[in-house]
Amino acid sequence: MKKIEAFIRHEAFEPIRTELLDKGFPSLSIVEVKGSGRQKGIVERYRGSTLTVNVRPKLKLEVVIEDKDQAVVVETILKHARTGEVGDGKIFVLPVEEAIRIRTGEGGETVLQLHEESEISG
Amino acid sequence: MKKKLGIAALLTATAALVAPGVASAATLGELTDTVATRGSELNMVWVGIACVLVFLMQAGFMFLEIGFSRQKNVGTGVAKVLVNLAVVTIAWWAVGYGIAEGGSGGVDEAGVPLPGNEIFGGSGFFFHFDQLVAGAPVNGETAMLMLFGLAFCAVSLAIVWGTTLERIKFGAYVVYAAVFGAVIYPLIAHGVWGGGFLGDVGGKEVMDFAGSSVVHLTGAVGALAALLLLGPRIGKYDANGKPRAIPGHSMPLVGLGVIILWIGWFGFNGGSTFGTGENLFGEVMLNTQLAAAAGVIGASLAIYLKGRTLDVGMAGNGAIAGLVGITAPSGFVEYWAAPIIGIVAGFLVVFAVLAIDKVLDDPVGALSAHGLAGIWGTLAVGIFASPRLIGETAAPGIWYGIFDGDVAFGGTLGQLAVQGLAVVFTFVVVFAISIATFALIKATIGLRVSPEEEDAGLDISSHGMYGYPEVFIPQPEYSTGMPNTMAGAPAAAATPAPAQMAATETK
Repeated sequence: MKKIEAFIRHEAFEPIRTELLDKGFPSLSIVEVKGSGRQKGIVERYRGSTLTVNVRPKLKLEVVIEDKDQAVVVETILKHARTGEVGDGKIFVLPVEEAIRIRTGEGGETVLQLHEESEISG
Repeated sequence: MKKKLGIAALLTATAALVAPGVASAATLGELTDTVATRGSELNMVWVGIACVLVFLMQAGFMFLEIGFSRQKNVGTGVAKVLVNLAVVTIAWWAVGYGIAEGGSGGVDEAGVPLPGNEIFGGSGFFFHFDQLVAGAPVNGETAMLMLFGLAFCAVSLAIVWGTTLERIKFGAYVVYAAVFGAVIYPLIAHGVWGGGFLGDVGGKEVMDFAGSSVVHLTGAVGALAALLLLGPRIGKYDANGKPRAIPGHSMPLVGLGVIILWIGWFGFNGGSTFGTGENLFGEVMLNTQLAAAAGVIGASLAIYLKGRTLDVGMAGNGAIAGLVGITAPSGFVEYWAAPIIGIVAGFLVVFAVLAIDKVLDDPVGALSAHGLAGIWGTLAVGIFASPRLIGETAAPGIWYGIFDGDVAFGGTLGQLAVQGLAVVFTFVVVFAISIATFALIKATIGLRVSPEEEDAGLDISSHGMYGYPEVFIPQPEYSTGMPNTMAGAPAAAATPAPAQMAATETK
C-alpha cells in the first residue's frame, strides 16, 4: 500500500476529486496547510507598513491506495494540478504498513477497495 | 445662545402679526407665550433626534475599533463601549454636568450672585427637577440639553481608547471614564461653551461649533497620555525599531463603523444648532457631508500617491478626519470652504498616521484623525469663518481679512490666535489631568495586562470568553464529548452486530 501526499493549489482539488471518483478512488482527505517553496510570499500593505507573509496557503491531498494504482493516481493529480507556473506544488509517495476500517475492524487492502452498491445502500 | 434670542424675537414678531385676526379672547401676551413654548418644543424635538444620532456613534466607535483589532480582542471592545457609556453617564449626571454648565458667576437680573466661575460651574450636581442650574430651574428643555451634552462627553471618551487597543487592563477604563466624565471633559466644555474664560478672550470668543477641540482634541489628548504610559503592542516594532503591520481582522467592520459615525455626525454637528431656528442645521449638515466626502478623497489620494495602493482603513480615517475637521467650523463657514477643510484633513491624517506609526503604536489612528484634524478644524474656523454666520463677539477668518476689503485684517488675525489659544488650553489641561490619572492607575491597579495575557488576547484573559468562540474552539464536540447529532444514523444501524464483530476479530 502507498500513501500519496500531494501539495496542490486550491483550485486543482475539485477536478482531481471528480476524476479520482470516476476512476474508483472515492476515499481521500484534504488539509488546508501553509507552506513555503520556491514561490514568493505575500506582501501585505497595511496603514503604510508592509508585512511579508513567507508562507502561502495550499491544500494537502492525502490518498492511500494499492501499489498497482500509484501510476494512475499520480497521473490524475499531475494532469489537473499542473499550470506550469512556480507554486504548482509537489507529490510525495510513502509506504503504508497497515490499513484498518474502524467500522468493522477489518484490515488489509480490502479496506481501500470501492464499496459494492449494495453495501452503500445497506 | 445668540441664535436662540434671534428665534425668540422672530416668534414675538410672528405672534404680533397673527394675533389680531385670530382670537379676541386671548391676549397678545398669551399668544406670544404659546408660540414661544411651541418654538421651544420644536427645538427640543430636533435636539432629541440629533441626540439619538450622537449616541449611535458609540456603535460606530465599537465597530471601528473591533475591526482594527485582531480576532482575540473583539469581545473586549463591546464590553468597553458598554461599560464606558454607563460609567460616564453616571459621572456626568452626578458631577460633570454641574462643572460644565453650572454657571460662570456674575449676578442675575435681580442682582443675586450666580454660582460658578470662569474655570468651572457650581450648580446642577446630581441633576434633578426644579433644581436651580446657573440660576434657572431645571425643566424638560434643560434635561434634553443635559442629555445632549452627555452624548458629546461619551463620544469624547470613546476617542480616548483608540490608542490603547489589545493591551490595556479593563479596570483602567472604569477609573478613567469616571474622572473624564466628572472633571476632564466638563472643564473643557465649560471653558468654551459653558461661559468659561474662552468665551471672552480680549473681547473675542472661541468659535467651536460642535467640538473639534472640545470633544475631539480632548479625546485624542487623553489617548496620547494613555499611550505614552502604556507603550506599543508586543510585536509592533522589530529589533531595529521599525514598525510592523499588525493587521486588524475586519475591514468590513471598520467600514460599518465609519459609516455609522458619519451618519451620527449629522446629529453631532446639526444638533449643535440647539434648534430649528432659520434652518441653520441644514447648512451645518451640508457642510458636514461636503467635508466628509473631501476627507475620503484627500486621504485616498494621499495614500495612493504614497504607496500606490488604496489602503481601506485609510479611506475610513479620511472620512473621520474630514468630519472632525468640519466639526468646529460647520456652523461658521460657507459651503465652498467645507471641501477645502475636509481635503486638507484627509491629507493630514495619512501623513500623520505614517509619521506617528514610526514611534507610537496607535492602532486606529485616533491621534491623527481626532487630534491633528481636531486642531486643524479649530484653526480652520479662524481661516474661513464667514461674516454672515459668526457671533457679535467674534471676527471672521483671515481669508476674509485678506480678500474682503470690509473686514479688518488685524481682527481676523486676533481671532485665529484665540482659536489657537483654545487648542493650547485643551491640550495642557487634558494632558495634565489625564497623565496624572493614568500614572495613578499604573501605580495602583496597573495599566497594562501581562505579556501572557496580551498574547492570549483580552477576550479570554480579561473576560474569560471569546468574542468569536468558533475561531478558537472549533467544534463543541471536541471539548464536550457530546455525540455528533449531524451524523443522523440510527444507533442500531451504526453498531455492527456482535456476530460480525466476532468474525472480524478471529480473521
